[in-house]
Amino acid sequence: MNIFAYILMGFLIVCAISVTFSKKLLNSILIFMSYSLIMSIIWMLLESPDLAITEAAVGAGVTSVLFFVTLKKINAMMGEDEQNEKEE
Amino acid sequence: MKRKNNAFFRWFFGEEDTLIGKVEMKAQPEYEQKEGEIRELMEERAQLREQIYDVRDNTKLKLFHKMYNIAAVIFCITLISILLVNVSWLPHYGDGDNPVNNEVSARYIESGLQETGAVNIVTGMILDYRAFDTFGESNVLFIATVTVLILMRLDKEKKAPAKPGVEVYSKAEDDMTMTIAEAQANDRIYEPKNDAILQKVAGFLVPIIFIFGIYVVLNGHLSPGGGFSGGAIIGAGLILYLNAFGFEKTERFFTEKTYKWICFVALTFYCLAKSYSFFTGANHLESGIPLGTPGAIVSSGLILPLNICVGMVVACTMYAFYALFRKGGF
Repeated sequence: MNIFAYILMGFLIVCAISVTFSKKLLNSILIFMSYSLIMSIIWMLLESPDLAITEAAVGAGVTSVLFFVTLKKINAMMGEDEQNEKEE
Repeated sequence: MKRKNNAFFRWFFGEEDTLIGKVEMKAQPEYEQKEGEIRELMEERAQLREQIYDVRDNTKLKLFHKMYNIAAVIFCITLISILLVNVSWLPHYGDGDNPVNNEVSARYIESGLQETGAVNIVTGMILDYRAFDTFGESNVLFIATVTVLILMRLDKEKKAPAKPGVEVYSKAEDDMTMTIAEAQANDRIYEPKNDAILQKVAGFLVPIIFIFGIYVVLNGHLSPGGGFSGGAIIGAGLILYLNAFGFEKTERFFTEKTYKWICFVALTFYCLAKSYSFFTGANHLESGIPLGTPGAIVSSGLILPLNICVGMVVACTMYAFYALFRKGGF
């Protein structure tokens, strides 16, 4: 169990660093989402299931959905066709 | 009923806004610059820089710039190391002698079950001993929605052009602001309408999510969870339903009016119930509300209704956030 916790902590740090370094905002949000999921598993290991449920519902669910909507609002989420057009 | 016809009452009943045309932002005159002027300015600036700092020969300045970078790095590293050293002085995790383990938490753990009747100590704490904090939290959620409403709200129709003679910065001239109908049309640019896969999956998942959320809310005093987590789950289910079936389906049961009334009723009930409890149950007076047998679903006094209140507020807030962000109204 201890090793599992250490692996999760490592994932947490990797996620936290790669959120800031990923160039696409969409990728940042996805990584942030996985950060929240790992965090909720860690809350389970720390024996606080109340927090784990809230973290999974709010952190991984609602917050990232709001981020997606915001990205769409500021027109930062490009479809694949538009990207191809730009490259051509 | 006859009412007085002065400025305040006219403002109160929405007939006339006395502030229109007085406090709005006026548009700034656009600042134009010719190309020649810009070039002159740039040359002047370069000349000034050379005269004052003597960039080519000034070794001191070069040294200063280098030292500045090095000093910044050193400052950052020192700050990080100071913070890390502080972290190492924090009490060890899980130690019995930590300052966290004082008589307050001991009291909660030992006599929480008898005093609140909740099997889940956490819920007993946040909705009984510290119910007032939770009331503040639910109010914060409501206020946050109101703020988002102020910021993101869109007009139903385009604004009429401003009156002649009154120069008012009108938002209608900007391309950024849209009416609700335009926003709705714009909303579906990147998404297929009536996606069959999404609708099938949502049809299976949404009822299960709702039932799980209601279970978490109702069993807040028996098992992990409670008003906030259950409300967030229900809100996520509502968002999924909205994504799959669109605004026409959700507006049949959830509009701005529904949101207003649900939040009003829940928050008022919470406030009245808890103030009653503070008047009678605080300081170990008899509250008169039976605690019931611990473990039964109807037990632990006011915690179950308060959980339902918090859950309703949170679920509505999550949905309202999403709808406001996406469409500017709901």
